[in-house]
Amino acid sequence: MTSTALRSRAWKLLEMVTTPLLPSDYLDLVSPLRAGADLRGRIEAVHPETGDAATIVIRPGRGWRGHTAGQYVRIGVDVDGVRLWRAYSLTSPTDRPDGRVTITVKAIPDGKVSNHLVRRARPGTLIQLDQATGDFVLPRAKPAKVLYLTAGSGITPVMGMLRDTEFDDVVMVHCAPRPQDVIFRGELHDLVADGKLRLTEVHTDTDGVLDIARLDALVPDWAERETWACGPAGLLDAAEKHWSDHGVPERLHTERFRPTIVAAGDGGGEVTFSTTGTTVDADGATPLLDVGEAAGVLMPSGCRMGICFGCVSPLKAGAVRDLRTGEITEAEPGVLIQTCVSAAAGPCDIER
Amino acid sequence: MTAIDPTAHLTAEQIEELGRELDAIRDEVIAGRGEKDAAYIRKVIGAQRKLELASRAVLLFSMFPPAWVIGTAGLSVAKIMDNMEIGHNILHGQWDWMRDPKIHSTTWEWDHVSPADQWKHSHNELHHTYTNVVGKDNDLGYGIMRVDEDQKWHPFHLGQPLWNFINACFFEYGIAAYDLELGKNLHKRRRKNPEFRARAKAVGRKIRKQVLKDYVIHPLLSGPSFLPTLAATFTANLVRNVWSHSVIMCGHFPEGVQVFERRSIRGETRGQWYLRQMMGSANISGSKAMHFMTGNLSHQIEHHLFPDLPSNRYAEVAVKVRALFEKYELEYVTGPLPKQVFSAWRKVFRLSLPNKKEPVVKTPEREKELVAA
Repeated sequence: MTSTALRSRAWKLLEMVTTPLLPSDYLDLVSPLRAGADLRGRIEAVHPETGDAATIVIRPGRGWRGHTAGQYVRIGVDVDGVRLWRAYSLTSPTDRPDGRVTITVKAIPDGKVSNHLVRRARPGTLIQLDQATGDFVLPRAKPAKVLYLTAGSGITPVMGMLRDTEFDDVVMVHCAPRPQDVIFRGELHDLVADGKLRLTEVHTDTDGVLDIARLDALVPDWAERETWACGPAGLLDAAEKHWSDHGVPERLHTERFRPTIVAAGDGGGEVTFSTTGTTVDADGATPLLDVGEAAGVLMPSGCRMGICFGCVSPLKAGAVRDLRTGEITEAEPGVLIQTCVSAAAGPCDIER
Repeated sequence: MTAIDPTAHLTAEQIEELGRELDAIRDEVIAGRGEKDAAYIRKVIGAQRKLELASRAVLLFSMFPPAWVIGTAGLSVAKIMDNMEIGHNILHGQWDWMRDPKIHSTTWEWDHVSPADQWKHSHNELHHTYTNVVGKDNDLGYGIMRVDEDQKWHPFHLGQPLWNFINACFFEYGIAAYDLELGKNLHKRRRKNPEFRARAKAVGRKIRKQVLKDYVIHPLLSGPSFLPTLAATFTANLVRNVWSHSVIMCGHFPEGVQVFERRSIRGETRGQWYLRQMMGSANISGSKAMHFMTGNLSHQIEHHLFPDLPSNRYAEVAVKVRALFEKYELEYVTGPLPKQVFSAWRKVFRLSLPNKKEPVVKTPEREKELVAA
């Protein structure tokens, strides 16, 4: 018998020993980061970067497959007891000797996860991880000239690149409200001092928002440079138009932060039942269970009054309102809603 | 279904006001749910797993009497924790708000021969929606007992103290049969129903796994301690069954708990639904440890009002709920475990016989008995 077959038999036997739990339920108690476990990480340190940004050092579990500079990772963090998932760019180089990775998080106003990570996260905390992903990365062949165009926390994926790969000719234009808001400012200036980087800081509080036309003055040879841009949509839209107008759109690589834009309203909205491909209009007062059934979707149901949890279904997109409390729930991976006491709060997608 | 309705003094407006006050209690807990509650359930789950592991490990040496006693006691407690404070409550969706896929009503499976999803249907949906409605809520006597004077007597009921005792010893199997609605489904035609067959198959699979684990694998692992370990797991299951049966009997059977007619719930308002839960449930008083070991079902009244609130909050909710009982002059049925168990068993015995002849004149004595029934 091969060792794989042997191991799978041994595992089967172990499952009989632990039923109805799985052996991993017990192993997780002692070794949550082991190989074969669901991918997790442990926060090992939190270093403040600016008044509202911090770098989180994470020791990933054994199943971590590494990343490419510029990629992001989705992390699941328990905030006030609720698991919330967000994506953050990796800011550590890919070959960090201790195998740790870092993300750098800027606290955004009312941001549940970002504020928690920057201000309250403590070393020792376990978080959930996905594998690194994203195609905002450097090419295999080194470009001769590079431009990084960033704003605010858009600097984070680029910092991952800067720390990972050295180029002969690198220019960075970075926008932030004030000098003290520039994340990684000390390190950037060290690179400048060593002659490894030419840096232009645009301080939007005093200089105003960057007018893309100013690029000709700031970086005269911008059109010859392979450019990676990351920041708010306004900046990226302007950059895409600018590069395109000058006939070099292929030189520009952009990464957009995609905050979930949820149009939560009082008046209901268009409800999609994505598994069956049914779409209907719903008002803001009819339970989604009734909406689905009226549209001929086979909906799981139970008590129809919110107590049995027999009707819970995944909310794939949009927002719903709890008819009992008025509370709005927005779609996130893994969010299940009770369709019998939830109504559409704007367009939404139920996986049924 | 008593001659004297203990809620007759309430006006419709008062009942709706009561409903609003209960909603406010619920909203307050939901607004305050957070990190502490999440930490609580994780701690309990961790403790249960460690206790079960340790007890099973000790039982590997169960041929030594002290090891047998310690291991059996530990395993009994671990099984009670698994079923009561953890399983029952997670399967109610009490911890779904954490969005942790491992501690969720849709993924949890328990150390019980009834598969979680079947139990959720019969318990969460049928029992909690139709609490104490004769003919709708099968928890009223589990279909084998008569628990109210207004239920028709049948000679079969003469044996109900015995049925109840057997049910207590093999309670998990009783629940599985009950979730399958076995009595109703054993008729020839129903037996062939594919939906029923699928469910019966699932129960069979679950029983096989459970029996294999407790009565084959673990005894085998114990080697020379095979028989003592077998006896230990049997004892632990027995203890867990008798304990949970007792706790659950205390929830709706003690004297003073009301049952309702089918037609009384037609067009029921939220306030009336709440009121039915209040009058149809009974609590057990006792220490913190006692509440924990009952899975906080000692706060049965609060649990029936708010089945999806985290169990660790029932104690604080109980204070407010009890104040409402007083405000609206309703009877809050509660008492220590021995008293409640005795009361429930007395009813089982009493109702195994046909009702005494109706007295011709309504005497105060008779009135008292009716209120208590």
